[in-house]
Amino acid sequence: MPSQEVFSWLRTRFFPHIWCPGCGHGIIMHAMLRALVALKKDKSQTVIASGIGCSSRMAGYIDACTMHTTHGRSLAFATGIKLAKPELTVIDVMGDGDCTAIGGNHFIHACRRNIDITAIVMNNNIYGMTGGQASPTTPAGSLATTTPFGAIDPSFDICKLAEGAGASYVARSTVANPIQAEKFILNGIKKKGFSVVEILTHCHTTFGRKNNRRTPIDNINFFKNNSVPLARAKDMSEEELAGKIVTGEFVNKDIPEYTDQYLALIENVRGK
Amino acid sequence: MSGVAFWQGNEAIAYGSLAAGCRFFGGYPITPSSEIAEIMAEELPKLNGRFIQMEDEIGGIAATIGGSVAGMQALTATSGPGFSLKQENLGLAYMAEIPIVVVDVMRGGPSTGLPTKTAQQDVMQARWGTHGDHGTICYAPASVQECYDIAIKAFNAAERYRQPVLIMSDEIIGHMREKVVTPKIDPSKLVNRKRPTDVPEKFVPYRPDPQDDLPCMASFGDGYRWHITGLTHNDWGFPTNNNDEIEKKMKRLMSKIDRFRDDIVEYETFYEDDAEVLVLAYGSVARSSLRAVNDARVRGFKAGFFRPVTLWPFPDKELEKLARKVKTIIVPELNCGQMVLEVERAVRGRAKVVPLNLVNGELFKPEEILAVIEEVA
Ligand SMILES: Cc1ncc(C[n+]2csc(CCOP(=O)(O)OP(=O)(O)O)c2C)c(N)n1
Ligand code: SF4
Ligand SMILES: [Mg+2]
Repeated sequence: MPSQEVFSWLRTRFFPHIWCPGCGHGIIMHAMLRALVALKKDKSQTVIASGIGCSSRMAGYIDACTMHTTHGRSLAFATGIKLAKPELTVIDVMGDGDCTAIGGNHFIHACRRNIDITAIVMNNNIYGMTGGQASPTTPAGSLATTTPFGAIDPSFDICKLAEGAGASYVARSTVANPIQAEKFILNGIKKKGFSVVEILTHCHTTFGRKNNRRTPIDNINFFKNNSVPLARAKDMSEEELAGKIVTGEFVNKDIPEYTDQYLALIENVRGK
Repeated sequence: MSGVAFWQGNEAIAYGSLAAGCRFFGGYPITPSSEIAEIMAEELPKLNGRFIQMEDEIGGIAATIGGSVAGMQALTATSGPGFSLKQENLGLAYMAEIPIVVVDVMRGGPSTGLPTKTAQQDVMQARWGTHGDHGTICYAPASVQECYDIAIKAFNAAERYRQPVLIMSDEIIGHMREKVVTPKIDPSKLVNRKRPTDVPEKFVPYRPDPQDDLPCMASFGDGYRWHITGLTHNDWGFPTNNNDEIEKKMKRLMSKIDRFRDDIVEYETFYEDDAEVLVLAYGSVARSSLRAVNDARVRGFKAGFFRPVTLWPFPDKELEKLARKVKTIIVPELNCGQMVLEVERAVRGRAKVVPLNLVNGELFKPEEILAVIEEVA
């Protein structure tokens, strides 16, 4: 059960939520709210932006300044909000399709700018909302409604993508380890810069049904049995790591942040 | 600051926007609109405003909407291909009732078309470009002075009616230079969005004010917590599938324009009293049209001139009245016949409507329009 403090962050007036019973997205919402409570964030100074998908519906359930935008574009909206009011805490929750397919361009540019937004990518390896079509993170060989003979294209590694594009904090966890997920989200929010927290989650309803992980428990067990902490992964070969989920903090660095730089530019220009 | 300047249309839109209180610009470069972005990049930091060049036009309008949600008056400017890319998020601004101003400095299309040549081929896109029903406020400036004045009006209308407002300029208006008088701005004439008067606990974000049927708007960060979504929503801003709530929202989106139509509509006429042949034109084409009408007058033809300043709402009632008196209405446009459809709708067969279309990247010469006046007179 969520604590009273966590509960106070929910808009229970908007319940019931749309998620299927047992969907992993709720575990991530809970982890995020615990992190916000631990950080003593002010709800009125916290923005939760989201795109479109089951995952993105999360924004509506949270009693903060929330903006459910268009599919894939939430980071661009969040960028405008953050630039206008850098004092706000801005979190962007999105699905794997949202983030890496239609929103891939906004994602890499948000990383590059290193704008102080925390992107929480709820990666269930599928388009849940639209009924289980393949996404750019659907593992090769898996079945989806648009890959009835198995996906033939390789999938994205979201964390590597974020690291390559310049994010200042990059981490991965799974819904089987909600305490770790909470810690990474908390560290991501604390980091002054663009943070990417990828959390592997499950859509048992669409992905699970076709890929032998029909129940939420099957999925949690899958994540437990296949997660490898970064420290251990470092000593493993590529073959040993095939099909595994490497979890941990991949990037945690202090580099100039975009809105800081813009405010300094304003000061410079106006000082002249 | 009042003064006199010698500006391009694009410069006038940028400086007019700043005078109106615009403090945020998100965009992506494209000819022939880029000067607007360049000026905003230079001027906004001086005013503690914000400029951001986004990764594409989709991001440009998204950031612009975000800036407005955080409380800044916000602008984006583009041209044809970029206007196409902005359409989905433009719809979000209509649905979520977020005030922004969008400029399209029109060039030839379709596709990449004619980046450096003029056209008026996007005007129907301004009305119907984004999917779904919505009311449209759209201005078409015909001079550099008007670019400045309309930028201010557009921001006022966006703030007043809580929705996107479009300025459809074109390559000729955008790039030609003219004298502009910039009057001292009276701050009381500038409209700012109505702020909530309720305490945050009682705030219902989309509950319309019974006075004008428009909801007031809080900004993120000013103490109010609310939900914004592109899904059809109820007064709480929360997605709904309830038939009555859906209908109420949609009707209000449409009616806010119908209700204030007379306040928004603007047009200009010359020689309408005794005109037998009316030339109806907007934007750059209005200039050669007015010249043609003046020349026709000198030659003894009873020609008149009608220029919609707002393309939407279209001055249909006003035109219909005139159509009872004139025989023929000539509609020259730099497209294959778009606003002429609105003219026909307004005129309802009361006068003969003659389209005159040019799509070779050039502007009409006055004598080309004069020839048609003489032909139909
Ligand atoms: C422009 C656009 N294209 C397509 C869609 C349809 N659509 C809605 S959600 C979605 C995919 C969602 O997948 P993901 O982002 O992974 O979120 P999930 O539902 O799995 O949490 C798609 C394709 C849309 N809403 N907008
Ligand atoms: S369809 Fe999948 S992602 Fe969507 S709510 Fe159900 S389980 Fe979750
Ligand atoms: Mg997904």
